[in-house]
Amino acid sequence: MIPERKETNQHLSDNLFLPLENSSYHAETIAKPSISYWKDAWMRLSKNKLSMAGLVMLILLVLMAIFGPLLTPYSYDHQVLTEGNLPPSSEHWFGTDNLGRDMFTRTWNGARISLFVGFMAAIIDFIIGVAYGGFSGYKGGRTDNFMMRIIEILYGLPYLLMVILLMVVMGPGLFTIIIALTVTGWVGMARIVRGQVLQLKNAEHVLASRTFGASAGRVIRKNLLPNTMGPIIVQMTLTVPTAIFAEAFLSFLGLGVQAPVASWGVMANDGLSVILSGHWWRLFFPAFFISLTMFAFNVLGDGLQDALDPKLRK
Amino acid sequence: MAKYVMNRLFAMVITLWIIVTITFFLMHAVPGSPFNQERNTSEAVQQNLEAHYHLNEPVFIQYAIYIKSLATLDFGPSIKQSSTSVNEMIGRGFPVSAELGITSLIIAIISGIVLGIMAALRHNGAIDYMAMTFAVIGISVPNFIMATLLIQQLAVTWEIFPVATWASPMHMILPSIALATGPMAIIARLTRSSMIEVLNQDYVMTARAKGMTTFQIVMKHALRNALLPVITILGTLVAGVLTGSFVIEKIFAIPGMGKYFINGINDRDYPVIMGTTVFYSAFLIMMLFIVDIAYGILDPRIKLHKRGE
Repeated sequence: MIPERKETNQHLSDNLFLPLENSSYHAETIAKPSISYWKDAWMRLSKNKLSMAGLVMLILLVLMAIFGPLLTPYSYDHQVLTEGNLPPSSEHWFGTDNLGRDMFTRTWNGARISLFVGFMAAIIDFIIGVAYGGFSGYKGGRTDNFMMRIIEILYGLPYLLMVILLMVVMGPGLFTIIIALTVTGWVGMARIVRGQVLQLKNAEHVLASRTFGASAGRVIRKNLLPNTMGPIIVQMTLTVPTAIFAEAFLSFLGLGVQAPVASWGVMANDGLSVILSGHWWRLFFPAFFISLTMFAFNVLGDGLQDALDPKLRK
Repeated sequence: MAKYVMNRLFAMVITLWIIVTITFFLMHAVPGSPFNQERNTSEAVQQNLEAHYHLNEPVFIQYAIYIKSLATLDFGPSIKQSSTSVNEMIGRGFPVSAELGITSLIIAIISGIVLGIMAALRHNGAIDYMAMTFAVIGISVPNFIMATLLIQQLAVTWEIFPVATWASPMHMILPSIALATGPMAIIARLTRSSMIEVLNQDYVMTARAKGMTTFQIVMKHALRNALLPVITILGTLVAGVLTGSFVIEKIFAIPGMGKYFINGINDRDYPVIMGTTVFYSAFLIMMLFIVDIAYGILDPRIKLHKRGE
């Protein structure tokens, strides 16, 4: 039975039924302004103080690597034998080495080399890893199986041992270091990209794109890669310090870049031999900046890992 | 389980064979014969030397000879130090390196786990921040720099420890610490994050509700589960300690295998480089295998016969 409706509002006047003002109308909507993935990641990253400190340090390091050697009147290989092993002073801010070369200029010149090695290794790893992992994951089936077998074997090779062997064969030098680091280094990236592509390739937007006749290359470029960028970027930020460490390690074994060019690893190695004679600045500055760079990349990588994880998005 | 072990053993042999092959052909790709720089050798002596090391044969015959001698665990002779074989070098160097490696792994594991637990129990507290800053610094400072700092401060300035060589337990402390810092930092970070996760589980809450003390909860319930991720990276850590030992042995003048390897590289003594590389690789692959098997035994959730993604 339908209860009888009481006519309670019959005496309400029409002016109560005017449209609401625009602002109060929208106040009812339950939504925050739409934020893109990258904006959100940046907001989360900027809340992480340690990571931001790492980012600022890195920007400063890169700027100093570019402009540092220009701040002094000396060049990195200019020898003044009478001014060898001078402690830091107003003339030589980081002191001089045994051949009288200005340590400040050499340190920032070394920064160029170390950072170059780090960034190049990361970029080449990225290119090979994305191409290999993307193709393998996208193709799937037998191709994927075969390509992953190769990866498994390469993954079992001891990384630094293989790098050392390659350096012995190719001879020391800047470009051989980069080649040696990337020949075995891209495997990690390929695994990550392949895993992501496998997860994504049956998602609706990919299927839609394929239904419209997009080629494999286009699907990988437009649909798959943008969605895998998070883990890729994290992996790249962690590759750079690994490469810088490996370069220092190789230089330490005498397999690094050759004189008069000096990377931080070479300088640290030179500095080690004189540490007992009290020329602390010859070890301190390269060692400090290697550690600072690795620290900055590591904390930035940690922060990015949290910031780019879609599961942690609020 | 048995099938999985068999598969893994087969894969190990394949990987090892690939390493041997790569190493062999890389070393033979280097231009020139090892005897080229030798002065005062007549043509005949040179030819005899090359014949002695089978260097006059085609590469593939040499390869076959090398594989055959490896199968009998013979790494061949050293070219530069003709009185010693590579086997003797490994026999002399490996025990020393193993002692150094095991000591630093024990230091790294114990202190890393303790640090990680402390940080997790005081999550976001002062101890947590201190421990994690310490850990990030431990990862960032390369081990050869750590070693130098230790020598400079503890051996030269304060004279607490001897500077170098390998004679007594006192000599072992500094190199072991220098080698342990990196792995310790990695273990501490991993233990912390997995411990935080485990401490939020329901069974930990139940244990707490029963009135167990924090110490009991950690020891009886949390630690076991929190350590599983740590076990997975043990293989990688062993690899890190192993490569790290090259530089540490060089800095502290320790007569381990790393010293022979580095000398081999500096002298371009190819049989030594090949032999030590193959030995190191075989050792590492064995370690990874053992870690995987141990993981499967410790974690009943892992089914070894299934290939994981």
